Amino acid sequence: MAISIPYIIQQVINGLVLGSIYSLVALGFSLIYSILRLINFAHGDIIMVGAFLALFLSSSALPFWAMVILVGLAGCLAGVVLERIAFRPVRTAPQVTGFITSLAVSSFLQNLGILTLTAQPRTLRIPDFLSRITTLGPVGIRNIDLVIPFLAIVFAILLNLFVRGTKMGIAIRATAENLQVARLMGINVNKVIVVTFAIGSALATIAGVMWGGRYGQVDPLMGFIPGLKAFVAAVIGGVGSLPGALLGGYFLGLSEVLFVGLLPPQYSGYRDAFVFGLLLLVLLVRPIGLLGRSVEVEE
Amino acid sequence: MELRPFIDYFSLRRLIYRFVTWMPLRWMTLAMLLLLTGMLALAQAFLNPYYLSIIEFIGIYIILTVSLNLTNGFTGLFSLGHPGFMAIGAYVATLLTFPVARKPLMLPNLPAWLAHIEIPFLPALITGGIAASIAAVVIGFPVLRLRGHYLALATLGFIIIMSNLITNLRDITRGPLGINGIPAATTIWLVFGWAVITVYVCWRILNSSFGRALLAIREDEVAASVMGIHLTKYKLFAFVTGAFFAGIAGGLWAHLVTAITPRTFWVPMAFNLVVMVVIGGSGSITGAIIGAAVMSVLAELLRPIETTLGLYGLIQLITATILIVILIYRPEGIMGHNELNLAALVKVRSFGVSRSPSAPEDAKEGENRRRT
Repeated sequence: MAISIPYIIQQVINGLVLGSIYSLVALGFSLIYSILRLINFAHGDIIMVGAFLALFLSSSALPFWAMVILVGLAGCLAGVVLERIAFRPVRTAPQVTGFITSLAVSSFLQNLGILTLTAQPRTLRIPDFLSRITTLGPVGIRNIDLVIPFLAIVFAILLNLFVRGTKMGIAIRATAENLQVARLMGINVNKVIVVTFAIGSALATIAGVMWGGRYGQVDPLMGFIPGLKAFVAAVIGGVGSLPGALLGGYFLGLSEVLFVGLLPPQYSGYRDAFVFGLLLLVLLVRPIGLLGRSVEVEE
Repeated sequence: MELRPFIDYFSLRRLIYRFVTWMPLRWMTLAMLLLLTGMLALAQAFLNPYYLSIIEFIGIYIILTVSLNLTNGFTGLFSLGHPGFMAIGAYVATLLTFPVARKPLMLPNLPAWLAHIEIPFLPALITGGIAASIAAVVIGFPVLRLRGHYLALATLGFIIIMSNLITNLRDITRGPLGINGIPAATTIWLVFGWAVITVYVCWRILNSSFGRALLAIREDEVAASVMGIHLTKYKLFAFVTGAFFAGIAGGLWAHLVTAITPRTFWVPMAFNLVVMVVIGGSGSITGAIIGAAVMSVLAELLRPIETTLGLYGLIQLITATILIVILIYRPEGIMGHNELNLAALVKVRSFGVSRSPSAPEDAKEGENRRRT
């Protein structure tokens, strides 16, 4: 394995692609966490839901952009349904109850997938224009590797505009600041929470389309580890902070890919240990993350 | 004149109640142990190996849930790390008991000192438990500073790191293939012997000043530390004790199934243990036992349906649904923070007793029993 300049560029692009996917999922995580102080484990499995939706829609004649939008809308619906059925009834319960509930929802989604779709991995075919190779200077890049970071940035900007500019966005920020006071100010907190789940889940399903398209395989357990890693990204960036989620996502994606790509191959099997070791390190050294400001993590 | 049957229902209840409250606690315990021994002996004599193995699994789950309850239920530390400690116990015990003659075939690259070791099961099991508790000290010192779901997340990270390490340390663990052909050394007596030890140790801890300190930490950490409770010390103690029994359970598991892979001790295992603890009632030893038994039996009842109809994932799907329903409608589980108390059980149902003229006397006897 020769470490040449094109090789490094290729690795950096791989890192950016992975980072984009982590960022999108981490944004949803952070959004939900900032409102409810809930670590939503099931968020990772929404990735799987998105990837399967893409798999089913890819056999239809829909254009790619329409498919992404459709999957995103289905993601909204999934988020709303999960919130209504599982998370709303335990909202006032202690923190840990919500956490266990999300574990249960995660297990539920995975096993529903295994039950109805079998655990067999399937191949997701992407349109030809996405797998074509564009030559940029010394390196050739698949189009999908350019589309994913582009889409991720677009969605991040849209989310930012939404949160900064619209009335609902302001309500979300107020609720994240203080749920009780926001309620006193006449904000419909229920609506805010539903919208948050809808947006977060939509981003996660779109990340699922990207993951399935980029790595080609779709199976019911695919979402759990990427979901957890996205959460690690959110912790690194500072849970509850949207710029932090973006930053953490790209930081984790790049460092994971470079860990595998630049170290000798016998270490590449340790990538999960590396990522979760990083999580432990961040939790111990700086539990509020890079851009976080909450002080409730530890005493 | 009042007509009374010779044995009316209420007086029978009352008789049991009187007997139960009169009997000193240690006799009671002895009687229960004898009962358990008798039942296990009957089970071993008459049940076929399949049913016997189910009972052994229940015993292992009892060890796991009761020890997990030490952190999750009593100290209020929500840990998911048990499968990681089980993995350590299982692999350590397996490497120590695996026959030397077959080691070169199964694990050709084993370091020389490990390749020539073969020790009996019980010492190997205890070594596994000790290895798990050492790992718990190493992990616990940094991680136990974290609170609530951050601790859960960190311990989940620990499971994933452990399974990743086991997958990659191929020379010692045979990687993702796992080790099979482990001697089937686990017996029903060993499992329930350890289960009784676990319950006894946890019960003694709970009813000591040490246990009160753990409960105080659960109720209010700040207040507990103001009262002079050394938080790190107590939390670490609960964590390490739990890990020891998890290591033991891992060793028992390995020598019952006779095959282990890194995926055996993974996230679904943590989830199942949490389900058992939550359903039984976190904060109750008998609750944990009930949770372990109920969920294992339920899984075994559903297993034929799953395999004959090919509905794989059904057991976990139903488990998850039950957990969600329990969390919504009865978050304290079956037992809550209470313990199963035979006297109370008889008394609550038969209001005749509490209204009887001898009620104060009964109460006094109850008091005596508590003192013994």
